[in-house]
Amino acid sequence: MSALSPAPKLPVSLAANPRLSSWVKFTGEGRVAISPGKVEIGQGIVTALAQIAADELDVEIGRIEMIRASTAASPNEGVTSGSLSIQQSGRALRHACAEARQRFLAAASERLGVDAALLAVEDGTISGPGNVRTSYWELAGDVSLDHDAIAGIVAKSSATRSIAGHSVQRVDIPDKVFARPRFIHDHALQGLVHGRVLRLDVSGARLIALDQGAARAVSGLVAIVRDGGFAGVVADSEAAAEAALKALRKGATWSAGEALPDENDLAGFLRSQPVETTVIDTKAAATTKATRTLRRQYTRPYIAHGSIAPSCAMARWDGDRVHVWTHSQGVYLLRADLAIVLKLPVEDIVVEHMEGAGCYGHNAADDVALDAVLLAKAAGGRPVRVQWSRHDEMSHAPFGAAMAIEIEADLDADHEIVGWRHAIWSNGHAARPGRAAQPALLAASEIANPYPRMISTNPSAANGGGGDRNSVPLYDLPAWTITSHRLLTMPVRTSALRTLGAQGNVFAIESLLDEIAALRGEDPIAFRLRHLRDERAREVIRAAARRAAWKPEKRSGIGHGTGFARYKNTGAYCAAIAEIEGTDEVRVRRLTLAIDVGEAINPDGVINQIEGGAIQATSWVLKERVHFDRTRITSTSWADYPILTFSEVPAVDVEIIPRPEIDPVGAGEAAHGPVTAAIANAVYDCLGVRLRDLPITRDKIIAAMELAS
Amino acid sequence: MPTIRFQLNGATVAVDADPDQALLDVLRGRLGTTSPHFGCGAGECGACYVMVGDRAMASCDMPMWSVADKQIVTLEGLGTAEQPHPLQRAFISEQAMQCGYCVSGILISAAALLERNPSPSEAEVRAALDRNLCRCGSHNRMVRAVLRAASEMATS
Repeated sequence: MSALSPAPKLPVSLAANPRLSSWVKFTGEGRVAISPGKVEIGQGIVTALAQIAADELDVEIGRIEMIRASTAASPNEGVTSGSLSIQQSGRALRHACAEARQRFLAAASERLGVDAALLAVEDGTISGPGNVRTSYWELAGDVSLDHDAIAGIVAKSSATRSIAGHSVQRVDIPDKVFARPRFIHDHALQGLVHGRVLRLDVSGARLIALDQGAARAVSGLVAIVRDGGFAGVVADSEAAAEAALKALRKGATWSAGEALPDENDLAGFLRSQPVETTVIDTKAAATTKATRTLRRQYTRPYIAHGSIAPSCAMARWDGDRVHVWTHSQGVYLLRADLAIVLKLPVEDIVVEHMEGAGCYGHNAADDVALDAVLLAKAAGGRPVRVQWSRHDEMSHAPFGAAMAIEIEADLDADHEIVGWRHAIWSNGHAARPGRAAQPALLAASEIANPYPRMISTNPSAANGGGGDRNSVPLYDLPAWTITSHRLLTMPVRTSALRTLGAQGNVFAIESLLDEIAALRGEDPIAFRLRHLRDERAREVIRAAARRAAWKPEKRSGIGHGTGFARYKNTGAYCAAIAEIEGTDEVRVRRLTLAIDVGEAINPDGVINQIEGGAIQATSWVLKERVHFDRTRITSTSWADYPILTFSEVPAVDVEIIPRPEIDPVGAGEAAHGPVTAAIANAVYDCLGVRLRDLPITRDKIIAAMELAS
Repeated sequence: MPTIRFQLNGATVAVDADPDQALLDVLRGRLGTTSPHFGCGAGECGACYVMVGDRAMASCDMPMWSVADKQIVTLEGLGTAEQPHPLQRAFISEQAMQCGYCVSGILISAAALLERNPSPSEAEVRAALDRNLCRCGSHNRMVRAVLRAASEMATS
């Protein structure tokens, strides 16, 4: 064994944005400004990051002011997605704050004439033997943080952290409870006017003629904007904007649209399209002694992000420069796409984050920002706020991609798995802005010189994959081939939805494992443990089983099922056990989960994310499916796209496996796959039928039971 | 346009409004009362709920003519950081949200419930909140928070 350890490296976000002062500043009297590149989307990230900073600096968390990300000054951390914010922003801030503290201690040592090792910091006050003291703020004039971070800084050990690792209350919640405006929808800018965009819900229809006469007569109208197939109105109130839009709609002529697939044969559609095929992973077996092959197909429909707030943005032009307020998950990425469309240098565009409602992935946040920018051109320097309608949000925003997954499992005479082939047919799971030579924004495909509509692609395997996310089993199977077929057509617009392909793949893998365990007459928990060598994986499964008193005695009308995954095979470990009751309709009564995120910066925040993920996944599994006919999306209201309600929500019980010594990872997407599989497996336990086509609705259960009888 | 008078958070307001205009528009627009949120415009999500008397109702499709002489309470009128309503305290204690966009409407539904039924069961809380959608999955925390507030109000 070599004694050499690798050269220390900066955390990835800090390497990309090394200037310490871009992350941390001592400001005003006793204040600390912390400036991450990641954004709050309801996941509590700004609180967790404040905890990390407060801990490394030894200041009370109340002194910390979290700066909203803006291209004007913030570090560029790409996009807030993939459960990576704690990993990327958290590690960068921990390092940057540890280095800042070290620099201040060196300056304090010089000023006080005391060895730095003898100095202590308490709430920003630096003191040493002989009652000497100073503070970060006294020293702020002497210590410059306009330096690039250096590698090898040692942050505090987990045992000496007093804020990270504790359930600190979220910093944003008081505003939201006391009605202090915090959302972009509520923000009052001087001279604000309101915009609305004219769109037809017929898929692919383009505006070809527009009679503006009636709209011009609407009182309160500021401007009508038309740029090729893009059209909209600006008015001095929301009501006037709505009235003008209604009048404009009557004067619109549209081209014929493009056909949508048959929503009742998604697998047939997905498996008949031109595709780009990628072999994700192969593992060859020494010998093959299969006596039987199980071939199963699993499908999931298109799923809507379904943010409670329709997407919203504000924009204001000042000459040739534009300022944009957005709830986008990536301010720099949005800016890059805006620069392409506007043919402006990025320096002339400022994109500033402001909170919206939870988005759960790439919804219309970025699209509406371009809408606002285009409409604001006609507003004479006044800021324009554009808010989409519910109908537009549910018709035009990207959806999570439908998936067809086929697994063939080769079994030997004892029903042990000797071979495994997993194939995915799906649109790409990502079409976010800022990553291609062409813009991904909706209006870019509508303007006079339109850009082609972007066909979704998949992140690389190194970035967790897309449709193939979590398709490589974590289990110790002797042989496998994993293949991803990405569609090259995209009649239904798709992009990133929480977990990308992981929910579908985990559902498929965990369902088939459950089926094979049942075939063997083996307990499904024992079966999984027998095929897992990763001790952290085994521990979450055992913990969930203990907590749910697995396996509860069989009772008529009640079923239990389990599911497990390590998100992206590199992130959080999560095991779920579902208890359901069902006859021909399923109600999930209780979900028991165990989670291992490494160090849990804010344990209650982790539990909140897991609870929320588990409940959202239950909603997906039992209720959700985007509906369409051959011309348009038809599930455009909450009546047509129902989600789980208060009286339908299961009890959720979460246990965190404490691992304070292990680098933290995110929790936001860990639960969806395991919960999906656990519910499906509980349905089998309860009713004796395997449901392989999501959502698991009453109709499908009845059909499956008829087929089985 | 006729002048329509009503009580908003205890104060009399008079607005000249189209009688068919939605209350939510007037609240968020001219009156600058931004806690009721637009969510769907069809009374299907609860983000825009306001209390009318002791009932939580959607303001996005509530015409102004129907508001005349009514008592309207929004989250702004429920309590303040200095003098919080027990529900506001409880939502902080339970950390009962993720994004929080739906929370204003949910607090209004909960406040209306507690006016009518000061000691609801868990099932009654769930039933009372059933018309409010939460997409983040914070339901159980919110239910716990409402029960906590009810129990606090009973002992104070």
